[in-house]
Amino acid sequence: MRSEKSNKQKITKGFFYFLLALLVVISFIPFYMMIVNATRSNSDILKEGFTLIPGTAIADNYNVLLEYMNLWRGFLNSLIVAVAVTVLSSYFSALTAFGFAIYKFKGSNFLFVMILVLMMVPGQLGLIGFYDIMRTFNLLDSYVPLIVPSIASTFTVFFLRQFLSSVLHSSLIEAARIDGAGEFKIFHKIGIPMMMPAISTMAIFAFIGSWNNYILPLVVLFSPEKYTLPVMMGALRGSQVAQNLGAMYLGIAISVVPIMIAFVFLSKYIISSISAGAVKE
Amino acid sequence: MMQSKLNKYGYLFILPFFAVFLTFTVYPIVLTFYYSFTSYSGFGDAAFIGMENYQRLISDDYFWEAFYNTIYIWGINFGFQLGIALLLALLFSDIRLKMKGLSFFRAAFYLPNLITIASVALLFGILLGWHHGTINHLLLDLGLINEPINWLNNPTTARWSVALIGAWMWFGNTFIILMAGISGISNDYFEAALIDGANRLQMFTKITLPLLKPIMLYVLITSLIGGLQIFDLPMLLTDGRGSPQGSLNTMVLYLYNQAFKFNNYGYAAAIAYGLFIITVCFSLITFKAMYRKSVKGE
Repeated sequence: MRSEKSNKQKITKGFFYFLLALLVVISFIPFYMMIVNATRSNSDILKEGFTLIPGTAIADNYNVLLEYMNLWRGFLNSLIVAVAVTVLSSYFSALTAFGFAIYKFKGSNFLFVMILVLMMVPGQLGLIGFYDIMRTFNLLDSYVPLIVPSIASTFTVFFLRQFLSSVLHSSLIEAARIDGAGEFKIFHKIGIPMMMPAISTMAIFAFIGSWNNYILPLVVLFSPEKYTLPVMMGALRGSQVAQNLGAMYLGIAISVVPIMIAFVFLSKYIISSISAGAVKE
Repeated sequence: MMQSKLNKYGYLFILPFFAVFLTFTVYPIVLTFYYSFTSYSGFGDAAFIGMENYQRLISDDYFWEAFYNTIYIWGINFGFQLGIALLLALLFSDIRLKMKGLSFFRAAFYLPNLITIASVALLFGILLGWHHGTINHLLLDLGLINEPINWLNNPTTARWSVALIGAWMWFGNTFIILMAGISGISNDYFEAALIDGANRLQMFTKITLPLLKPIMLYVLITSLIGGLQIFDLPMLLTDGRGSPQGSLNTMVLYLYNQAFKFNNYGYAAAIAYGLFIITVCFSLITFKAMYRKSVKGE
């Protein structure tokens, strides 16, 4: 009787694993089609239609693509912006959270509530004003509007402040002061290491957010050589390359495959960050 | 004593944040509010015209169509996204099944989130192509359709395409968040239920779901706020104006086109505030609905 039950259990489990495998296939097949089609010539795709077998036209497609647009440049631009955003938002959010957590000063509650309220405001609300101000300061077509605002990342400050209140021991700070350490030294030597787990969680979000940002760079950047990857992808769509499906697929693949490779190495880290970010709410 | 002297450092530590915050976040929001009462075209002076933009907004069929499209797309998207994520969570939280490979599946399902939406939109744009799209080729080969379907040229299939691409991208993220919430639930509850002979579905609806309510609220609110701002996919899947027949014209896409294509900054500013008011209303309704349910449940 017992084995009968476990047999039934096995069949149920097998069925569920089958469904999960199916879902994995659904998650991956568009990328697989992209890679296959990136290696096929335009006429091959038009005439032969669907296939799972790669072709041989990848070098030709690459030449067609690069003749029109240097996607690697877009890749580099996106990387520069995303790294700068990640570093600035991590450092200054930690600094701000530390300031709120350690010191008692007039108006600190009011200022923190202000952060909480504006955390809820969707980013598009100030877009028109933001664009106008950037134009007034002659900052359009530069990375300043994409990078500098990350110094004020409301959610990161909120998250780090919450984290700090659960791990901070004021005696540690006191001891450092008695040893003659200055306040900034205390922040760098004690505050940052203490917040590190939470900082790295938020750093991942900052990086992904910047990497995927489309509307803001679309609005503020004009020179093609400054385009970030998403904007470059958008430009690709309206270009002559769009006539050649093989080259088009290759362009998309170039924007996707490095991220997939990076994810293979970083997935554990990224997923645990998302889990931590959600539960700490 | 020592501490109170040092408290002035608090201001110093938060100064960079607030300098940037006021310049790049607060001031633009205030300025946008001001422009929403003007006929500002991006050049010259902004002439004050009172409530005219808001009156126009209320009677603007395009805006309300964009509102309808946005909700329509978000509704389908969220239904699938949450449905799949919940089923997966049900499967992996079952203590009788003890499914293995959670970390692999989480990673596999999460992957599409990391890809730039622009790339996803371009990829599906050509996969869904009419005569030369891979999806039509496949369906024709399998004999499921007799002639190619012009997916992105029909309002219904275009909306469903955007919604399902979104669900495909984001269900992995929702799944991870739900699993994070479930891992916080004590195993004792499930073991006690097991001894009482509860079945899979009972355990899920009576234990997991009620205890998951705060996380569900988080998922719902973040998805709603994000969904109301959907822009990249509809912008890049068609001609950037929300074709076919305006069926992909979402609120932010409308805002973008009014401001940066037609130079109607004043009106676009009013659209931004209209969108903001709608977002606040929806968030409040969601909070209220979840709160009332929990009171009833007690």
